[in-house]
Amino acid sequence: MNLTLHVWRQANAAAPGRMVRYDARDVSEDMSFLEMLDVVNEKLIGEGKEPIAFEHDCREGICGSCGFMINGAAHGPQKGTTICQLHMRYFKDGEELYLEPWRATAFPVLKDLVVDRGAFDRIIAAGGFVSVRTGSAPDGNAIPVPKEAADTAMDAAACIGCGACVAACPNAAAALFTGAKISHLGMLPQGQAERSRRALRMVEQLTLEQFGSCTNIGECEAACPKQIPIEMIARMNRDHLKAAWQFRGAGKSGGGE
Amino acid sequence: MAATGAALYLFVTIHLLGNLQVFLGPEAINSYAAKLKSVPEIVWGARLGLLATVGLHILTTIQLMRINAKARPTAYTKKANSASTVASRTMYLSGPTIAAFIVYHLLHLTVGSAHPQYSETDVYSNIVFGFRVWWVSAAYLIAMGLLCTHLRHGVQSMFQSLGFNHPLQTPRIKKFANAVGILYFTGFASMPLAALTGFLPPFFERL
Repeated sequence: MNLTLHVWRQANAAAPGRMVRYDARDVSEDMSFLEMLDVVNEKLIGEGKEPIAFEHDCREGICGSCGFMINGAAHGPQKGTTICQLHMRYFKDGEELYLEPWRATAFPVLKDLVVDRGAFDRIIAAGGFVSVRTGSAPDGNAIPVPKEAADTAMDAAACIGCGACVAACPNAAAALFTGAKISHLGMLPQGQAERSRRALRMVEQLTLEQFGSCTNIGECEAACPKQIPIEMIARMNRDHLKAAWQFRGAGKSGGGE
Repeated sequence: MAATGAALYLFVTIHLLGNLQVFLGPEAINSYAAKLKSVPEIVWGARLGLLATVGLHILTTIQLMRINAKARPTAYTKKANSASTVASRTMYLSGPTIAAFIVYHLLHLTVGSAHPQYSETDVYSNIVFGFRVWWVSAAYLIAMGLLCTHLRHGVQSMFQSLGFNHPLQTPRIKKFANAVGILYFTGFASMPLAALTGFLPPFFERL
């Protein structure tokens, strides 16, 4: 099949960008979306032009490196799928596709479709440490975890930090990402010791990174390739409200430093 | 925003129940109004409280809008909406329209300066004659439609913002929010429609 691509091209973080039109000819429906771009890039390289920059690593949907907008949908139209796992059979011959990077102040564009998601790393870092015993591996099931808690923690832990939630959110909020990270540890007995302080600091970092504010619209959960539900955002709000009350008067990040 | 929204939601409920007494006849609603007005502490307390709540609701919204505008300065060339409701995406439109309507509504039925034949004591006639003007009723219906879509997103959003999300209860809350939206619209719409169609006759015709 043949496709028309409109791709955001931007030389570097400081340069202005624009949409450029490309023709993708003889695309096999068995290709993944990134493989299709590889073919387009090989042609560009052959012509001595700059290939389209996009981020990718595992290409099996588990690393969280890839991701951009296809016709305004984060990771494209297929539910619960990263772009590397999205196959060309879901597109029609002759279709026009608009490829754009995630757009958010917190995610500056580095080049073409690549954005800097360092803000996510700083939110994780703000969460701090977890008090666990080091040394030899603990006995299996030495700490009982209720089934529901284990399931929720696992659902939250499925977050690969790709940034689709921020990209899909009309407010560019990172509530689903932060909510998933807070729930992931907050649901488990091992994460209880620092639960309140972690919520307080991660939410504080969230605002510092200039992400938007959640208005409970639900676009994030629809865009998430790991289908993480917005229940995680409610848990973040709950933990944050509780922590803010618990550490009232102790300074913004709960003191202790 | 959730807290002020909850308070305003409570007011809307009381306001609707109070005004539906118009169907019980002029005596019922006029004596209800007289009772309210006889205790100025309650009336003015409620008015000032509501004004402060509306003010805070708007102020927090403006803060939120500014944060969110800064968070995404460059818009997408194309943006698909897949999960969000129209109600949730139009909160910034329904909100200011409702605010403008409230100002008119106060001038119309509380102050009376925008009413053709306002009476201080005869609330019943104020409603009936006020709504007999077709464009007043039309504006009222549009504003109530927007208020109910605003509530539809607001009610469910409030629980989520305050940290309540439950696998069983949240779908129920959403259904409840939708039902409340439709129910309140029906309630509010019934009054101008009844006045327009003549179902609510003027006071003197009832005597």
